Amino acid sequence: MQVELTRTVIDASAVTAALKLGEDGAVCVFDGIVRNNTRGRQTLYLDYSAYEEMALEQMRALAAEAVEKFGVRDVAMVHRLGKLEIGETSILIGVSSAHRGVTFEACRWLIDTLKKTVPIWKKEYFVDGAVWADGEAFPDAIVPAASL
Amino acid sequence: MRVRVLCFGMLRDVLGAEFKLDLPSGSSVARVIERCEERAPQLSTMWPRIAVAVNQAYVSRETGLVDGDEVALLPPVSGGAVSIV
Repeated sequence: MQVELTRTVIDASAVTAALKLGEDGAVCVFDGIVRNNTRGRQTLYLDYSAYEEMALEQMRALAAEAVEKFGVRDVAMVHRLGKLEIGETSILIGVSSAHRGVTFEACRWLIDTLKKTVPIWKKEYFVDGAVWADGEAFPDAIVPAASL
Repeated sequence: MRVRVLCFGMLRDVLGAEFKLDLPSGSSVARVIERCEERAPQLSTMWPRIAVAVNQAYVSRETGLVDGDEVALLPPVSGGAVSIV
């Protein structure tokens, strides 16, 4: 399982190629890219930062859980940090398996779960200022809603 | 006892990346939050949404601390790609 945080351009085709074995019938790839606006406000670039040791540990645990939960053969998760321009890949998730159905499910579950639990943040730079993106509330198991 | 506090995301802009905090022995995570609230009252609405990790594992507010712990204060995360609209 390839799980990484990187400060350089993610080579999507290399990550995808490394996931393929003769026994696989499908690789499902999610390529998350930097959009040029947030709610209509024009974005110049993003800056991603992380609690790196913990984020890596959490990503490794998610990759292992996906293999266990969906029965897929292999998982790759690479998240980029630092300054990213419009259209660049911020996250690449790839899942390979003998059959396609579980690769879609595992890929979806991985990105949805990462976005709620892995300690990575983005600051958005606009023409007229910068803001920290407002993340979703943590799942109950991490921050109970009762404490609100 | 003394713990090392790490701040991330928007907290870092207000409290700095890292500082040491002296606490009475037997203090819990909640005590760290209280002390940080005193330092940054402008973030009052933020604190209930903050997750806390001790030595890189998520913990509850009631978790007890020991000397030398690494306590990370984590605002709601926003990794991945698509913004939440």
